[in-house]
Amino acid sequence: MNLTSQDYQVLAPYILLTAWACVLLLVDLFIPKERKSVTALLAALGLAVTLGVTLSQVGIEQVGFFNMAALDGFSTFVNALLLVSGILGIALAHGYVKRMGIERGEYYTLLLFSVSGMMLMAQATDLIIVFIALELLSIPLYVLAAFARPQLSSEEAGMKYFLLGAFATGFVVYGTALVFGATGTTSLAGIVAAAASPSTSTLLLTIGAALVLVGFGFKVAAVPFHMWTPDVYQGAPTAVTAFMASGAKIAGFAALLRVFATAFPALAVDMTAVLWALAALTMIVGNVIAISQTDIKRMLAYSSIAHAGYILMAFVPYGNPAVRDVSIAAGLFYLVAYAFTNFGAWGVVIALEKKEEKGLAIADYAGLGRKHPLLAAAMTVFMLSLVGLPPTLGLVGKVYLFRAVIAGGFTGLAIIGVLTSLISAYYYLRVVVTMYMKEGEPETVRETWLSLTTALTAIVTVVFSLLPQSLFEWASTAVLKLF
Amino acid sequence: MLEYVAIALLIALALVVALAAIGLGYLFGPRKQSAVKAQPYESGINPFGEGTRRMPVRFYLIAVLFILFDIEVVFFLPWAIAFRQLGLFGLIEMVLFIVILLVGYIYAWKKGALEWE
Repeated sequence: MNLTSQDYQVLAPYILLTAWACVLLLVDLFIPKERKSVTALLAALGLAVTLGVTLSQVGIEQVGFFNMAALDGFSTFVNALLLVSGILGIALAHGYVKRMGIERGEYYTLLLFSVSGMMLMAQATDLIIVFIALELLSIPLYVLAAFARPQLSSEEAGMKYFLLGAFATGFVVYGTALVFGATGTTSLAGIVAAAASPSTSTLLLTIGAALVLVGFGFKVAAVPFHMWTPDVYQGAPTAVTAFMASGAKIAGFAALLRVFATAFPALAVDMTAVLWALAALTMIVGNVIAISQTDIKRMLAYSSIAHAGYILMAFVPYGNPAVRDVSIAAGLFYLVAYAFTNFGAWGVVIALEKKEEKGLAIADYAGLGRKHPLLAAAMTVFMLSLVGLPPTLGLVGKVYLFRAVIAGGFTGLAIIGVLTSLISAYYYLRVVVTMYMKEGEPETVRETWLSLTTALTAIVTVVFSLLPQSLFEWASTAVLKLF
Repeated sequence: MLEYVAIALLIALALVVALAAIGLGYLFGPRKQSAVKAQPYESGINPFGEGTRRMPVRFYLIAVLFILFDIEVVFFLPWAIAFRQLGLFGLIEMVLFIVILLVGYIYAWKKGALEWE
C-alpha cells in the first residue's frame, strides 16, 4: 500500500486546488469585510495556477490511486474548460455580489471547492470516486444557490436544489450498488471485464446503469429530470446561475461520457434507444417551453435544458467504436461553445439586473440597442450563438454535432435537432428584436470585470467560429483513454 | 444460501420475541386510562407548552458541529486498529485528515459558531 509520485501527478491539479481552497478559507478569516476583493483575486489566482499545471500535463496519460483516477487527454481538456469557467464565474460574480449586498468571502471558497469536485469528476475511473466528486461539486452549489439569504426566492432555490440534488445522488448510489451487485466491482475497467463474462446478470447491470443515468440526468437537467432547473436558475443569484449552468453541466456530461463509454459499452444496444429518446425529449421540451417565458432568467434556464439535449446527442452513438471518438470530440466542442456563450449571456443579464430582482424581464431590454450599442451587440452575438446562426461558435458546434450524429446513423435525431433549433430562433431572436426595435430606457451597470468578461466571451464566440479547426483538433485529442 | 439461514432465524426470533412481549401485555395486562398516563413523557418533569415549540437555532448549529466532528473522529477507530499494517503511510494520511479537520475547526471558531451568545 504505497503511493508513488506518479499517483500524485495524476491528481496534481485537483490536490493543488483543494489545498488552495482550504488555505483560502483560513486566509479569508483575516481579510476585513470591505476588502473581499482580495479573496476574489486569490481565488482566481488559484484557478489560474491550477490551469497552468493542467496545461503542463497535456499529452500525459496515466492512471493512479489504485486505478481510481485517470489523467488523459479527455480529463485535461475538461479540467482546463472547468478552470476557465471558474475564473469567468469569479469575474462575473465579483461586482455582482458587492452590488447586491451579499459579498462574503465564502462565495469564492465554495466556488473553488465546487470546481475541485468537478475536476475530480472528470478524472474518476471508479464509481465510488464519481460519487464523492458528485457530492463535492454539489454541496457548495446548494449553498451558493441560497447565497442571497434572506431573499426568499434564493432560499427556495437552495432548498429545491438541495432536495432534488440529494434525490439524484440517491439514484447514482443505488445504481452503483446494483452495478456492484452484478459485477462485484465499482472500478470502470473491472465492470467491463465482468460484463464480458457470461455469469454476470445483464439485467441487474442494465438497471444499475439506467439508475446512474437517471441520477446524472438530474444533474445535467435532461427532460424528464429537469423540473428543478427553472426555479433554481431563477432564484439563485445570477452569478451563481451562470457558473452552475456551465460548470455543473460540463462536469456531469464528462462523468457520464467516461462512465458510459468506459464501463457500459456492452449495454449500448439497450442504452442507445434510451439516450435517443432522452436527447429528443430534452431538445423538444426545453425549446418549446422556453417560447412562453417572459423572464430572461427563466428563458435562459429552459435554453440550458434544451442545450443539455443537444449535448446528449453526442452520447447516442457511444457504443459504436467507429464514431465514438468523433462524437465525443463534437460533444466537447459543443460544451466549449456553450460555456462561453452561456457566460456571456448571463453577463449581460447581470449588467441589467437591479436589486430586488428588478430588470429581469425580457421587456426591460427594450431600447438597449440605442442606449448601449456595445452591450446589445454582445447580447446579439450570444443569442445568435445559442440559436446556432453564423458567425458564432454555436453554429460550428451544432454542425460538428449533427455531423457526428448522422455519421453514427441517427439521421432522425439530427433532424429533430435542426427543427428544434428553428423553434429556438423564435425566442432568442425576440430578445434581439426587443433590444433594437422597441423603445425603452434600460439602465445598466458598468463594472470593469463584468464588461471585460462579456467582451472576451463575445470575441471568443465570434473569432473561434472563424477558425474552428484548431479548437476542434484540440478537442479531438481529448479522447477517452480506456484503461 | 445456506449461510443466510442463521440470519433469517435471528430475524424471525427477534420478531417473535418482540411481538410476544407486546402481544402478551396487550392480552393480559389491565387497561386503566387516565389523564396522567396520556401525557407525553418528558423525563419525569410535568410537561409544559406545546411539543412543536420554536427552538433557538443555536441548538441546531451545535448539533451540526457535534455530528460533524463526532463522526469524523469515528474514522480514527479503524485506523487505530490497522495502525501497524498501514505504518508510516497511514500516519501521514491521518495527519492530513486531522489538518483538514483543523481547518474546519478554526473556521467555525473564528466565525463564532462555538460561542453561545
